[in-house]
Amino acid sequence: MTGDNSPAAATDFYAPETPETPVRKFNINFGPQHPAAHGVLRLVLELDGEVVERVDPHIGLLHRGTEKLMEARPYQQTIPYMDRLDYVAPMNQEHAYCLAIEKLLGVTPPYRALLIRTLYDEIGRILNHLLNVTTQAMDVGALTPPLWGFEPREQLMVFYERASGARMHANYYRVGGVRQDLPEALVRDIADWCDGFPRICDDIEGLITHNRIFKQRNVDIGVVTREEAIARSFSGVMVRGSGIPWDLRRSQPYAAYNDMDFDIPLGVNGDCYDRYLCRMQEMRESTKIMKQCCEALLKTPGPVLIEDNKITAPRRGEMKRSMESLIHHFKLFTEGYRTPPGEVYACVEAPKGEFGVYLVSDGTNKPYRAKIRAPGYPHLQAMDWMNRGHMLADVSAILGSLDIVFGEIDR
Amino acid sequence: MSWPASESELSKLGKAIVKEAKGVITGSSVAFGELTLTGPAGRVVEALTYLKDAQGFQQLIDLCGADYPERPLRFDVVYHLLSLTKNRRVRLKVQTDEDTAVPSVVSVFSAADWFERETFDMYGVFFDGHPDLRRILTDYGFHGHPLRKDFPMTGYVEVRYDDELKRVVYEPVKSVEWRNWDFLSPWEGVEKGFAPILPGDEKGPGEKTGDKT
Repeated sequence: MTGDNSPAAATDFYAPETPETPVRKFNINFGPQHPAAHGVLRLVLELDGEVVERVDPHIGLLHRGTEKLMEARPYQQTIPYMDRLDYVAPMNQEHAYCLAIEKLLGVTPPYRALLIRTLYDEIGRILNHLLNVTTQAMDVGALTPPLWGFEPREQLMVFYERASGARMHANYYRVGGVRQDLPEALVRDIADWCDGFPRICDDIEGLITHNRIFKQRNVDIGVVTREEAIARSFSGVMVRGSGIPWDLRRSQPYAAYNDMDFDIPLGVNGDCYDRYLCRMQEMRESTKIMKQCCEALLKTPGPVLIEDNKITAPRRGEMKRSMESLIHHFKLFTEGYRTPPGEVYACVEAPKGEFGVYLVSDGTNKPYRAKIRAPGYPHLQAMDWMNRGHMLADVSAILGSLDIVFGEIDR
Repeated sequence: MSWPASESELSKLGKAIVKEAKGVITGSSVAFGELTLTGPAGRVVEALTYLKDAQGFQQLIDLCGADYPERPLRFDVVYHLLSLTKNRRVRLKVQTDEDTAVPSVVSVFSAADWFERETFDMYGVFFDGHPDLRRILTDYGFHGHPLRKDFPMTGYVEVRYDDELKRVVYEPVKSVEWRNWDFLSPWEGVEKGFAPILPGDEKGPGEKTGDKT
């Protein structure tokens, strides 16, 4: 712990004639139902007094067998499973899955679809960071930030709803583009929202950034060095917080990120506080990207889905009039499309880190093997290493800064 | 370095790795713009050490299994590596069966710990030298390895809360029969060269099956 209050003088209560009481080590269960566990996490903590000696995370309480289910369904029908992985930023997951199938099929979505994907990925990033930053503050005792943060989150979910019809489980991305075009009014509303959002960031930062309690609980807690961040397979904010300039949006660009102007915030010390600062700054950068996307969307009309009806469903109106469209529609919603045999790995910079999908295709309409690489999985794995020697109260601060969501870890 | 890498560059890298790794990595192929390496399962620790130290693939992104029941060595163990300095990805695949353990790579990449536990949990692949090879995602007291192809989709047991016993009870699955609709068309995919084997194909090309209209 930091702070300049010196420890109490040793002579205060010290009585040499009383023998020291032997202290029993404690094992306690943290969760599965605990407000700071961010879902269903059971941590078995071994404590020596208040010092954590070992952490054994028990995960899998939300395991739904997504990968097994995906192996038994046509590609198109498994996109909604992606929303239910990291349910805080659903569309980013869909993006990775669509990229993997697009890689197999060798199709590229039209540019307008790429812009929409970029826009909604960034909305997802803000959704995620707003939740994480504010609940991290709540984990260390602040109650106001989540209340302030959830209002803009709700507005963003309305944008989700206006594009896809659902607040969270959007199922909006399709192989070869997105489901439908955005109305112009929505694009203008998102642009307006982007103008107002930095002020909300300022408000939240005003509450947290220089708050004495927040700093005492987070500065120099859970320090991750650059070497350890790489060795432990960290990604996303967990490596950037340690000062490694690595962002897939920049180094392995996808969608329209190559055309966007944005900065990648880096931390210096790799502690919980730096990761918080990175997330705050990333939200501002995301707002910049969203603004650019909105401007580009207003200038580039065009299709948002490839025209190949062997892969994308025809429009409803066409289907009612054209026999061929009806057949395509029937074929797509029964058999789906087949992918050439082979294996691909596609990944995106999800808000939590690198979210990847590894698909093995055997030439049929279903994936032979689908593996979801969740960024939170290696992060949570490092809980044991990060917490050793910290105090019990730091467990929730570190857990909060790891940005854990159990939908994706347990799959 | 530029992204994505060209196929020729990747195959050159793959060939160089195979030549330099001397029997630790034996095969390389490039498909869909990705480099896939193969090697003997027993020497995977050397292979990953070589890729990490000599080729600069610092990060183990993913480790997973895959099941091919018709093969004598039915399991693939797939390692995905990432080089942050060279901006390249590579995939290493090794094969094993139900009884042969794959050497654990925790000593090379500490992050492999949970990934190997998951692979063991899902496929029953053993990892030799793993510090703590427990189940990770499945229930306490779970039997079987759910991602194997011969494991039924519905599983073997279902749970419910029993109001009389006041606890959760495990029972054999009896609720719904698993319906697996196979919509595969026998006419499509042939022209692209990846049509699946359909029932009746084994009768040979000379004999026509199906309707005669």
